Amino acid sequence: MRLLTHNMLACNIKGVTNGYPLGLEAEKWVEKEVDFNADFLRGVFPKIEWRALVGAARALGFPDLLPEDAPDPSVLSSSDDFLRRFHRALLELHVEEGALVCPETGRRFPISKGIPNMLLHEDEV
Amino acid sequence: MKLKQLEGLLGSIQQFSNPKVDLEQYPTGPHIASRLLYTAEDTFGDVDGKVVADFGCGCGTLGIASALLGAEYIIGIDLDAQALQTASTNAENLELDIDLMQCNIKSLSWSGRVVDTVVMNPPFGTRKKGSDVVFLSMAFKVASQAIYSLHKTSTREHVKRVAFRDFNAKCAEVLCELRFDLPQLYKFHKKKEVDIEVDLWRFVP
Ligand SMILES: C[S@@+](CC[C@H](N)C(=O)[O-])C[C@H]1O[C@@H](n2cnc3c(N)ncnc32)[C@H](O)[C@@H]1O
Repeated sequence: MRLLTHNMLACNIKGVTNGYPLGLEAEKWVEKEVDFNADFLRGVFPKIEWRALVGAARALGFPDLLPEDAPDPSVLSSSDDFLRRFHRALLELHVEEGALVCPETGRRFPISKGIPNMLLHEDEV
Repeated sequence: MKLKQLEGLLGSIQQFSNPKVDLEQYPTGPHIASRLLYTAEDTFGDVDGKVVADFGCGCGTLGIASALLGAEYIIGIDLDAQALQTASTNAENLELDIDLMQCNIKSLSWSGRVVDTVVMNPPFGTRKKGSDVVFLSMAFKVASQAIYSLHKTSTREHVKRVAFRDFNAKCAEVLCELRFDLPQLYKFHKKKEVDIEVDLWRFVP
């Protein structure tokens, strides 16, 4: 699971209203190189929840990879360094083992072999 | 990538070793899968550089085809852990990065509109009535650009009605009619059901 996926996911338990963003516990992660595509990054930037991405990168042990606050979109054309960092956080880091944690209920959704299990129990649907 | 090449690569991927009847697990064959994605890219530009979600991805056929045609980010979702493992191996063998997630499409909870295109071959609802419409409803919630889906030709009017009336589709068109030859995976399939007529739809949300 990469951080773009984490960025989209909310807790899906019935009745939960503050299920976003999910906490991230990363026991094992890997980094894999992806071709750099600046146009893609510029297009996706406005759709990203910045605080969720910063939190997820931090959970993987990258406290300084991204600025704390969402930068002004002008940085997308002015700073190659920013685009490279954004690219790395969004597309190159894979959580292999760990869990996603609902911020409201504390329910843990395990991630195993890179695949998060978001299946609900009967009483959660 | 050429259509023939795409079809060839899709023909090489591993499919359900142990199909589960209740989940309507049968693969989209390489002929149909390659044409579906090739049309999506070549005619509509809905794949290259896009974020694509594959609903009910099974062993990953449609997601892998999207990746081969240049999708930037793919996420495949299925209920079944075993199918997802196969999808993961298939992607790895082709050196493709595909995110996978185990989830019931019915209770998918996504925020935002990051996904551009949804591709799917949903359960036709022969086991659980209306499953394809459940998939479609969720696809309309997450896709911002287009949805490609297969539905039985016999349900064409119904699909059209729900797309416009319930999901506010801007556009819903049948791109082509296909003959879907369900391999005789299941004993309960009567002979005449083996070869069914299916529509390839493109919806704009
Ligand atoms: C007809 S198969 C298509 C498989 C694959 N997409 C392909 O084209 O080869 C339907 C898939 O949907 C999955 N499925 C069925 N019901 C589901 C649900 N409620 N949520 C998620 N996946 C489901 C099945 O496990 C199966 O892999």
